Amino acid sequence: MSDLLTVKDLWIEGRSDETWNPIINGCSLTLKKGEVLGMIGESGAGKSTIGLACMGYTRDGVRISKGSVVFDGIDLVTASAAVKRNLLGKRIAYVAQSAAASFNPAHKIIDQHTEAPVQHGVSGRGESVEDGVELYRKLRLPNPEEIGFRYPHQVSGGQLQRAMTAMAMSCRPDLIIFDEPTTALDVTTQIEVLASIRQIVEEYDTAAIYITHDLAVVAQMADRIKVLLKGDEVEEADTRTMLSDPQEEYTKSLWAVRAFQRPTKPPVPQGSVPVVSVRNITAAYGTTDVLHEVSFDIHAGRTVAVVGESGSGKSTVARCITGLLPPRMGEIAFDGEVLPANYKKRSKEQLRQAQMIYQMADTALNPRRTIGQIIGRPVQFYMGLTGAKKRERVNDLLNQIELEPSQYFNRLPSELSGGQKQRIGIARALAAEPKFIICDEVTSALDQLVAEGILRLLADLQDTLGLSYMFITHDLATVKSIADEVVVMKDGKVVEQGPKTSMFTPPHHAYTDLLLSSVPEMDPDWLSDLLKERGVDNIGDAAINNM
Amino acid sequence: MLSILKIVLQRLGLGIVTLFVVSIVIFIAVNSLPGDFAEAILGQGATPESVATIRRDLGLDQPLVLRYLTWLKGMLTLDLGTSFAQLNFANFGGAGTTTVAEQIAPRLSNTMFLAAVTACIAVPLAVTLGILAALYRNTAFDKAANMFTLSSISSPEFFMAYVLILFLAVLNPIFPSLSNIYDGMAFSERLEKSMLPALTLTLVVTAHMMRMTRAAIISLLASPYIEMARLKGLSPIRVIVVHALPNALAPIINVVALNLAYLITGVVVVEVVFVYPGIGQLFVDSVKIRDIPVVQACCLIFAAAYILLNLTADVLSIISNPRLRHPK
Repeated sequence: MSDLLTVKDLWIEGRSDETWNPIINGCSLTLKKGEVLGMIGESGAGKSTIGLACMGYTRDGVRISKGSVVFDGIDLVTASAAVKRNLLGKRIAYVAQSAAASFNPAHKIIDQHTEAPVQHGVSGRGESVEDGVELYRKLRLPNPEEIGFRYPHQVSGGQLQRAMTAMAMSCRPDLIIFDEPTTALDVTTQIEVLASIRQIVEEYDTAAIYITHDLAVVAQMADRIKVLLKGDEVEEADTRTMLSDPQEEYTKSLWAVRAFQRPTKPPVPQGSVPVVSVRNITAAYGTTDVLHEVSFDIHAGRTVAVVGESGSGKSTVARCITGLLPPRMGEIAFDGEVLPANYKKRSKEQLRQAQMIYQMADTALNPRRTIGQIIGRPVQFYMGLTGAKKRERVNDLLNQIELEPSQYFNRLPSELSGGQKQRIGIARALAAEPKFIICDEVTSALDQLVAEGILRLLADLQDTLGLSYMFITHDLATVKSIADEVVVMKDGKVVEQGPKTSMFTPPHHAYTDLLLSSVPEMDPDWLSDLLKERGVDNIGDAAINNM
Repeated sequence: MLSILKIVLQRLGLGIVTLFVVSIVIFIAVNSLPGDFAEAILGQGATPESVATIRRDLGLDQPLVLRYLTWLKGMLTLDLGTSFAQLNFANFGGAGTTTVAEQIAPRLSNTMFLAAVTACIAVPLAVTLGILAALYRNTAFDKAANMFTLSSISSPEFFMAYVLILFLAVLNPIFPSLSNIYDGMAFSERLEKSMLPALTLTLVVTAHMMRMTRAAIISLLASPYIEMARLKGLSPIRVIVVHALPNALAPIINVVALNLAYLITGVVVVEVVFVYPGIGQLFVDSVKIRDIPVVQACCLIFAAAYILLNLTADVLSIISNPRLRHPK
C-alpha cells in the first residue's frame, strides 16, 4: 500500500519578540492508509503543531520554514489556500482537545456536523443529517435521533467529544488528526470515547494521528508510537516494541514515572485526635444539596486522597473545610475543636493552620507580583515578619521548594514554567506554617515528569514538617503514589473509604471498581480485554460487539 | 423563555427608576439656569411689577419642590404642560394656546424620521464594512476603511455637512441642500430632502459601529471553534459571517444602540445647518428663551430614548446568547 501522508524534514518556527525561534526541528513521518500513529510528548514538545502542520495549517505567529507535507501527492506546504480548503474537512479532518470550546456555541450540533459535507458538495443536507444520526448511533450517543438538534452547551463533555468525532467522520476522510481528545475527560468517560474512536477508525479504515501525553492511552490506540521532546524526534517504533523495549533514556524516564510510590505508614495509634475531622457535612449551592452527610478524618502526617469524577463534590468538601461555603448541616473540627462554619468568623490562627494549593497555578498567582512578594505576603500577614527577617524566611521557603532564591526572588510568575509556578503555590501555603494543606488537583495540569517532581516534593515536606494533606484528585495513579487513605466520592456522597492498601485490593464498592478498572494501563490489549470483560453491561449496548 | 421575560421586566423596572432619578436632575438643572422666562420675554421693558405678574401667572413663584411635584404629576398623566412661549399674555389661558405636547410631537417625529433614515443607511454599511475589515484585516482595504471612517468622525459635523453640500448639492446638484420638510409632504420628497442630513450623520456614526464590529469579530478569531471552522475547509467569509459574527453580536448591538440614541438626542448642529425642523432645534430655541416646560420635556424625552434604546440593546444581546435562549 502506498503512503497516504509523508512528512519530510519539517522545520517549524514560532515568533516571539520579533524573532523567529525553532519549534520543530526536522520532523519526518509516514502514514499508510488505515494506520494509526501515536504521537507522545510533554507539553511544549510540539505535538499539536506537527498535527496541525499535517493539515497544512499553522496558527498565527507560526510558520513552516522548511520541509514538505505530502498528502496523497499534494504538498500542503506549497499548495494554495483553495487547494487546501478543498482537502480540509473533506479528506483530512481534525478532532480537538476541548469539544466544548471547539463547537460553535451559536449553532446546533447537527448544523455544524452537516456543514463540511454540504459546503464541500459531498452530500446534501438531508442525507448528511441522516448520516449524522447513524454515526451518533454507532458512537453510542444517547438519543441519536435528537441529540444533534441540541446546542453544544446542552450536551455533556464526553458526549460532545464523541459528536466531534462523528463530525470529523462526516465526509469519511482518509485521515483524522486527534489532538488530545480525551485529556479533558474523566476516566470512566474517557473509556467510552476511546472505544468509540477506535471502533469507528477501524470500521472506515481511516488513518489517524493520535496526539496525547498519556502513554497508556496511546498504547490502546496506536499501531506505531513516535516520541517527541522539545521539537525533536526522540524515537519511533511500533507500539509493542516501544512499550516493552524503549531505546532512549528520555522514553525510559517517561515510562518510569508511574513507578513512584511511597512506603506504607504504620496505622494511626488508637485514640489520637485527628487534625481535621469532617463530621456529617451536608452543603448546598442555592437550594440543591451537593454534599450529603460526608464524614472523614485526616490524621497528623497523613495524606487523605479524595477521589471522584468531576461533579462528585470533591472541591465542595474543600470549600466547606476552608469555610468558603458554610455547610447546611454538620461541622468541621480542627485538632478536636469545632471551627466556625464561615471563614469570616474564624480567628487568624485558625485560618493560618489550614492552607490551600490550587489546580491552576497560572490563575492562583497574581501576575503582577514578584515571587518574593507573593510568598512574602503570608509571611508578613501570619507570622508578622518584616524587612530582613521576612526576606530570610522567603529565601528559606524557596530553598525548601528547591528553587534558588537569588534567581527567583524578583521574577514574575509569567517567567516561570508550569511546574515552577506550582512550587511557588506550595511555598505560599508553607509560608503560613500550617498543619494541614488542601491540595486541589495540584498535578492535573502538569506533565507526568513534572507532576512526579511535585509529588515527591510534597512527600518530602510531609516527612520533614509532619504536614497533613487532603489530596483532591481524579487521577488514581496519583492516589496510588502518595495517599495513605482514600475517600471515594460520587454524587456528593462518600461511597467508600479506608486505607489505600485495602482500597486497591478487591472486593471494592461497585463504583470504586468502575473507577479503578477505567484507568488505562500500559498493556496494548488492555482496552480490548476490558471491553470484552465488561461486555454489554457497562459500556453501551450490543452495538460494540456487533461492529 | 421565562428567565428572559424576568430579565426584561427587571431591566424595565430599573429603567423606570433611572428615569425618575433623571427627572429630578433635569428639574434641578433647568431651574438653576441663570435668568428666567419673564425677564427674557419682557426684555428692556421689564419692570419688577410686570416680571412678578408673569411669574405669578406661570406659577414660577411657587416653591421648587411643589413645582417639581406638579410637573411630575403632569408627566405621569402624559400632560407635558403648556409652553410659555406660546401663551398669549393679552388674554392669558384663552384660545390659541399650544401645549408642549403639540409643539414637540411634530418635531420629534421629524427627528425620528431622520434617525430612521440614517440608521437604515449607517447600520448595514457599518456592519458590512466591519465584517470586510475583519476579513481583510491588516490589508490596504482595512487601513483605508479605518482611515476614512476615523477622519469623518474626527471632523466637526458642520464641516462634513458643508463638504457634502458642496459635492452633492452645489457641484453636482443631486440632493437639495435645504431640508425644510413640513407636514403632509409626500414620503419620497421627504426622503429626498432628508438625504443630505442623513448622509452627514451616517459619516458621523459609522466609524464607531464599524470599528466595534471589526474588533468584536477579530477578538473571536483565535478561539478554538473558529480554528475548527477553518480546519473544516470553509471559506474565509463563511468562517467570519457564520461562525464569528453570531458570537460577536452582543457588543455590536450595544454600540449600535448607543449611536441610535445619539441620532435622536445629539443632532442639533446638523439640523441647524440643513434647517431641518427637528427636536434639537426646538430644544436649543427653548433654552434661549427659558421656556422651561419645553426644555424639561425635551430632556426627559432624550433620557427616555437613551434608557429605552440601551434596554433594547441589553435584551437583544441577552437573546443573542444561545445559553439563555435554550437552557439545559
